[in-house]
Amino acid sequence: MLGFLIRFIPRAVGQGIPLMYGSVGETLTEKSGHLNLGTAGIMYVGGICGVIGAFLYETGRKTLNPFLGIAIPLVCCLVGSLLMGLLYCFLTVSLRANQNVTGLAMTTFGIGFGNFFGGSLIKLSHADLPSIALSKTSALFAAKLPFAGSLGWVGKIFFSYSFLAYAAILIALGVSYVLNHTRTGLNLRAVGESPATADAAGINVTRYKYTATCIGAMISGLGGLYYVFDYASGVWSNNAFGDRGWLAIALVIFTIWQPVHSIWASIAFGGLYILHMFIPAGTNLAIKEIYQMAPFLATILMLILTSINNKRENQPPASLGLSYFREDR
Amino acid sequence: MHSKTHDKTPVFHISRRTGLPWQKALGIRFAGIVLALVVCGFITMAATGLNPISVYGTMIEGNFGTSRRIWMLLQNMSILLCISLALAPAFRMSFWNLGGDGQALMGALGAASCMILVGDRVPGGVLILLMVLASIACGMLWALIPAFFKANFGTNETLFTLMMNYVATQLVAYFIIRWEVPKGSGKIGIINQSSKAGWFPMIGGNKYLLNVLIVAVVTILVYVYMRYSKQGYELSVVGESEPTARYVGIKINHVVIRTMLLSGALCGVAGLLLVGGTDHTLTTTIIGGRGFTGVMVAWLARFNPIVMVATTFLLVFLQGGSSEITTIFGLNQSFGDIITGIILFFILGCDFFLNYKITRSKTGKEAA
Repeated sequence: MLGFLIRFIPRAVGQGIPLMYGSVGETLTEKSGHLNLGTAGIMYVGGICGVIGAFLYETGRKTLNPFLGIAIPLVCCLVGSLLMGLLYCFLTVSLRANQNVTGLAMTTFGIGFGNFFGGSLIKLSHADLPSIALSKTSALFAAKLPFAGSLGWVGKIFFSYSFLAYAAILIALGVSYVLNHTRTGLNLRAVGESPATADAAGINVTRYKYTATCIGAMISGLGGLYYVFDYASGVWSNNAFGDRGWLAIALVIFTIWQPVHSIWASIAFGGLYILHMFIPAGTNLAIKEIYQMAPFLATILMLILTSINNKRENQPPASLGLSYFREDR
Repeated sequence: MHSKTHDKTPVFHISRRTGLPWQKALGIRFAGIVLALVVCGFITMAATGLNPISVYGTMIEGNFGTSRRIWMLLQNMSILLCISLALAPAFRMSFWNLGGDGQALMGALGAASCMILVGDRVPGGVLILLMVLASIACGMLWALIPAFFKANFGTNETLFTLMMNYVATQLVAYFIIRWEVPKGSGKIGIINQSSKAGWFPMIGGNKYLLNVLIVAVVTILVYVYMRYSKQGYELSVVGESEPTARYVGIKINHVVIRTMLLSGALCGVAGLLLVGGTDHTLTTTIIGGRGFTGVMVAWLARFNPIVMVATTFLLVFLQGGSSEITTIFGLNQSFGDIITGIILFFILGCDFFLNYKITRSKTGKEAA
């Protein structure tokens, strides 16, 4: 049993971290009253921007400066996701476009952007396989805690992750603290619940919406970066990131808009995502396809249960999905 | 601005427009699309070195160059339009059905399963009838599940329908492995290649014409349904305001379930047309994300089935055109998605100018 856990938990965490970044970022965005269905696209853009930065830096160098090797992809990823966040804000906050449609358009654009530049880099690198391997950068990103190896199973289950994984947990805790225990968080929640009231109280609604959405987009983008450089060992192949962005958005409902819950929930969903690899199916390959439904069925179940168990304190921000125009009050 | 005393006064003032004449509304939309096409032209120029005019020349060539290409354009249009038509009534009801992909895929599964399981045992006409029934039933089932929970518990339909897409994909992946030909290939291949059982009849030797005609009829029917029927009126009332609907005695639960059954059925038809009409096979990617594109087609046309023909054309033309450009210049196929995304951003952005107008503030001294 312990042997199984030692193999299973680290992989579940590895799958869960991108979901954690995505759902924490999306929670922050939704708290400002904006449902960003573009998260899936933003995570692609974050990932590919990191890959582009790493590709430009790593190509032709024998050894990498550890600081630059991490800083360049990180900054590229953050800038890429920030730009996507700004685009979303400009369309939905300033131009008051429909949030769902804008989000879907961002997803189409973001996945296309990722696959286009991914595909172009693959061509540039003349690889035999349809993927780019940035193993040196990945080695920097995936560096584990030095004492993890000496702690036996405790080390494997709790300390065998890279800095971006621990950063995800810290960010989730930090966002949770800001939302629930600071004046800024209170103002942001007011904007999401009732922008007109917040406006009347002297809160700059537009600024809060922009800031929350852009920071949320950058956090989500880190999920893409983590996926490429840690989970996938620096290998970018087109469409590999898959549907994780949508699961991240669904997790926001599951965590009832509390980033703290996202820490365990993301890892649990990460576990469901890889469950099919651990269930012995013998020669029956077809049944494995059924097992792969697990995370989606669990999401559906969770949506149903949260809607049946309809408590007042578990509701989405009241103005979620609605545009705010001051003169409509 | 020279005036320092008016620091707080915004230079521009935004106010809501009312009663914009339709010519002007059309003009704004047209300007938005033209601007978007110009920007896309320049982006394509940066990627390929073509000048913007030959970019669009290549795009037109890619869509209309040969009669086969024109038929492909019509075929792609009819499938996308069919899915968009399916989604439109649900959106009009403010039900965000993002499950068009899954519902159409289930329709395709229903049709393919009839062809594979009973293809050689029943006469051709009966088989096609069975396929129609099976695909419509499968599409309806996939729409009914989220609709039931939405109607009874208010379950978030956006994510529910989205997740149903992936469940459908895995279900189809399961059956593909069960039915794979030859064993171990992971593919079904062309179904009933020799007997052609369950293949739709060709009209005048053309394999696409029937699909185009069916979707043309569906377009008119959906238009009439939404515009002139009592049910169509009821669903718009529910979409505009649930309290009003409740007040006038509309049973919201019924309307939600009924409209989603229609939505699922039409998506099922799209799957049927793909499997029975043109592709004669089943893959997990046969729908090709049209469920999402359909959302945007329907939204851009404000759920008007006739206008949707135009928005469908725009998106299919861009996809076909950029596919031609990517082939010629050896670019990645995803280039089309980038172009589509940019066009959509512009069209979404230009909606602002339909609903709001910007005037320069009169309070600023210099601005007057």
